[in-house]
Amino acid sequence: MRGAKTMKWSTLAAAVALAATACGGSGGDGDSASGKPAGYVSMFNGEPQHPLLPSNTNEKFGGYVIDALFTGLVGYDAKGGLIDMNAASVDTKDNKTWTVKLRKGWKFHDGTDVTAESYVKAWNWMANVKNKQANSYWFDDIEGYKDVHPEKGEPKKDEMSGLKVVDDHTFTIELSKPVPYFEYKLGYKTFTPLPESFYKDPKGFGQKPVGNGPYRFQKWTHNKLIQVEAVSGYKGSNKAKNKGIQFKNYSNLESAYQDALSGNLDLVDGVGPKDLPKRKADFGDRALDVPYAGTQSIVPVFYSKPFKDVDPKVIQGLSMAIDRKTITKTVLQGTRIPSKGFTPPQVKGYQKLDTDVLSYNPKKAKQYIKEGGGIPGNKIWIQYNADGGHKEWVTAVCNSITKATGVTCVGDSKPDFQTDLQARQNNKVKGMYRGGWLADYPLNVNFMQDLYKTGASTNYGRFSDKKVDELFEKGDHAGSLDASVKDYQKAEKELLKKMPAIPLWDYAANIVHGEDIDGVKVGFDGNVLVTDITVK
Amino acid sequence: MGRYVARRLLQMIPVFIGSTLLIFCMMYALPGDPVAALYGEKKPDPAQILAIKHQLGLDLPLWHQYWNYLTGLFQGDFGTQIATQRPVADVIAQAFPVTIRLTLFAFVFTVVVGVLLGLVSGLFADKAFDRIVLVFTLLLISVPSFVLGYLFQYLFAFQLDWLTPTVQDSRDPGQLLLPAIVLAALSLAYVTRLTRTSVAENLRADYIRTAVAKGLPRRRVVGVHLLRNSLIPVVTFLGTDIGALMAGAVVTEGIFNVHGVGNTIFEALNRREGSTVVGIATLIVIVYLVASLLVDLLYAVLDPRIRYD
Repeated sequence: MRGAKTMKWSTLAAAVALAATACGGSGGDGDSASGKPAGYVSMFNGEPQHPLLPSNTNEKFGGYVIDALFTGLVGYDAKGGLIDMNAASVDTKDNKTWTVKLRKGWKFHDGTDVTAESYVKAWNWMANVKNKQANSYWFDDIEGYKDVHPEKGEPKKDEMSGLKVVDDHTFTIELSKPVPYFEYKLGYKTFTPLPESFYKDPKGFGQKPVGNGPYRFQKWTHNKLIQVEAVSGYKGSNKAKNKGIQFKNYSNLESAYQDALSGNLDLVDGVGPKDLPKRKADFGDRALDVPYAGTQSIVPVFYSKPFKDVDPKVIQGLSMAIDRKTITKTVLQGTRIPSKGFTPPQVKGYQKLDTDVLSYNPKKAKQYIKEGGGIPGNKIWIQYNADGGHKEWVTAVCNSITKATGVTCVGDSKPDFQTDLQARQNNKVKGMYRGGWLADYPLNVNFMQDLYKTGASTNYGRFSDKKVDELFEKGDHAGSLDASVKDYQKAEKELLKKMPAIPLWDYAANIVHGEDIDGVKVGFDGNVLVTDITVK
Repeated sequence: MGRYVARRLLQMIPVFIGSTLLIFCMMYALPGDPVAALYGEKKPDPAQILAIKHQLGLDLPLWHQYWNYLTGLFQGDFGTQIATQRPVADVIAQAFPVTIRLTLFAFVFTVVVGVLLGLVSGLFADKAFDRIVLVFTLLLISVPSFVLGYLFQYLFAFQLDWLTPTVQDSRDPGQLLLPAIVLAALSLAYVTRLTRTSVAENLRADYIRTAVAKGLPRRRVVGVHLLRNSLIPVVTFLGTDIGALMAGAVVTEGIFNVHGVGNTIFEALNRREGSTVVGIATLIVIVYLVASLLVDLLYAVLDPRIRYD
C-alpha cells in the first residue's frame, strides 16, 4: 500500500504543476479591456500577416491599418479619378520626369515634418533588395532601381538615381522610360513617407508604426485588436469623422457576424455563406452590397490539351454558355454583378462593350463551339482552391456549360490556394483555372497588362497575341494619360476577340453594420473608407 | 517507481525526435512555397525570395534545416515566422494559455458531469434515467460540434441574452463556459457511456458483494470500492482525450472566436509556416506523452494490484 500512497502524491503534484502553468500563462494574453472608447468604431479584421510597414503590406488586414495610419501623395475618388492628398501637385511634361510638390505643414504623428526627404529616403529604403520588402517591385519604373535591387547579388548603390530632392517640399522622380499612368501608381500604399525615427529601429517600427495619416497608432494586441486614434490636427481631405477605429481580430466571418448582430461589433465587411441568405432579414438596410473594382473570371491555359491552338470562337461559345445572371442571383446570393467586360465599371477607362459574348445564349454557344472546331475530348476542367468557397459557383458554371453545349465540364479542386497557385506557376493546369483580380490602382491598364501581356508574371494562362501586345505597348508609350487609356480601351476590344479569359462577374463588398454608425462607403479596392464613418 | 518514471521519460526522447521529424518532412512535402506566398497572387520577386530563404535557412537541404531546427529548439528557439517575422515562441506563448484554460474547463466539465451521469445511470441500469441518459449521449455523439456551437450561440446569446455570442475576453471564465461545454460535449458522452458500462458490470463483481456483506455503508461501497475500480477505462480515455481537446478545437474556436492553438495551427498550415506548425504539434505531442504517463501512474492509485517497480 505504501507504493500507492507515494504515487498519489506524485500524481497530485503533477496535476498542481499543470494547473500552475495554466494560471501562470494568463498574463500572456494581453489586455483584458474588451470595451471600446466612446466615439470609436469597431470593425472586423484579422491578424496582419506582416509587420505594419507600407512597403511590406499587401494583404487586406494589414492594408486597412496602413491606410488608416499613412497618407501618400495621391488618392482616388469614387469614379477612379485622381485626387491630390499629401501632394499639392504632381506634374510632368514628358511622362518621364515627374515633379512632386508637397503640401506644407504636414506632420508625422511624432511631431516631425513631412518633407521631400521623408519620401525619397523611405523609397530608397523600401526598394533596396537587402530590406526584403514585398512591395519593392512597385519602384521598378524609377531610374536606378536596378542598382538598389539587382536581380542577383548585392545592391550596387543605396539610392536610386531617379529620385532627387529639390527643396524641403519638392522632389523629382525620373523614370527609366516614360509611363503615362505613373501618377496612378503613386496612389498605391507603398508610396508613403517614413519618419526619421524609422531608420533607428525598422523592426520595432513594424510593431508600432508612426505615420502621417488620419489616424495615430495606439496599440496592437496580437490576435486581439489594433487600435488607432483620430488625429485632430490632420490636414488631409480624408480627416476622420470618428474618434478612432478598433480593428478587431476574428478568425472567421461567421463569428463576427454574430457579434455584429448582438451589437458587440459595429461593422463587418464580409458575410460568410451561412449568413448570406438571412443578412437582409437580420440587418435590413444596414446590409449593403457595394460593387468595387475586382473581377472573377475563368482562364483557359493555352498549353493544355483542350485549349492548345484553340479557335477563340470556342472560348466565346463557352462564355455564352454561362448563365451569369441566374448564377449570381441564386448560387452567389446577389453578392456579385455579371461582368460586362474585362474591366469593372469603377475604374477609369471602363467602356461599354457592344457585344453579346458575355450574355447567356445557349443556341449561339453551341453554334460557336461547333464552328470553332469543338474541344478535343469534349471535356474541360476548371481548377479552383477548395478553401475559398468557390466550389458552389464552379459547379454551377460547369452545369451551365454542360447543359447548354454538351461539353463535359468538371471542377478540379486543389486543397488550398497555395497548391492552386503552384499548379498555375508550374504550367500544370488541366484546362482552365479560376482567376481573380483586384485593382491595385483604378485604371483599366491594371486589369489587362499584368494578366494578358506576353510573358507577364501573372499571365498564368500563357496567353500571347501579337496585336494585343502591340496595343499595350502603344498605350505604354502614349503621350498622355488619356491617350494611354484609349489605347488600352482598344486593346480591351481586341481581347474580346481573342478571349484570353472568360470574365464572369465583378465583386461587391458585402457589409453589415450596427445601428450606431452611419456613412459607410467603400473605396475602389473594396475596403470600407473608415474615415467617413460617423458614430451616432 | 522512480525508475519506472525515469524509463518512461527517457522513452519520450525518440518519440519526440521521431514525431518532429515526421511533421517536419510532411510540411516540407506539402505543395506551395511560404516565401512566394508573401506576394499573394502578385509578381513574386526571385531575388528577394532567394534573399529571404537564405536568411531563414530555407535554401538548405532538408536534413540541414531539421538539424538547425532541433539545435535551435534545445536552445529554446522555436524559429521565426516567415510572414509576420515574429518569433514562433511568442505566437505559441499567446495561443497556449488560452487553449489550456479552455481545455481545463472542458476537461473538468467532462469529468464531473460525465462520471456523475455515468455512475447514476450505471447504478440504475436499464431504469428510466439510464434510458434518458442513453438517448442524451447518443444525441451528443451524433450532432457535429459546429451544429451544437451555433445552436448554443443562438439559444444563450440571442434568445436568452445571457452571454455575448463570441468570447470577448478569453480570461473571463464565464465567457469561456459556452465554448468549453461545446468542446466537451463529445467526450462527455463517451465518458458517460464508459462509466455506465463499467459501473454496471462491477456492480455484480465479487468484491462488491463482499463489501456489502461486510456491512459497509452504501456510500463507501459505491464511492470507494465501486467507483475506483470502474474508473480505469475512463481514465485511459481521458488521458488521450486531453490532447484531442487541445488540438482538435479548430471548429469550436472558430465559432466562438477564441484565438487558441487550433486556430493558430490551422492558419499556420494554410500559410505553410513550417516552424509554427512543427512547434505547436511538438508541444501537443509532449502533452500527449505526459498525459499517458500520468494515466499509467493513476492506474496504480486506482487499483492497488498494479505496481510499477
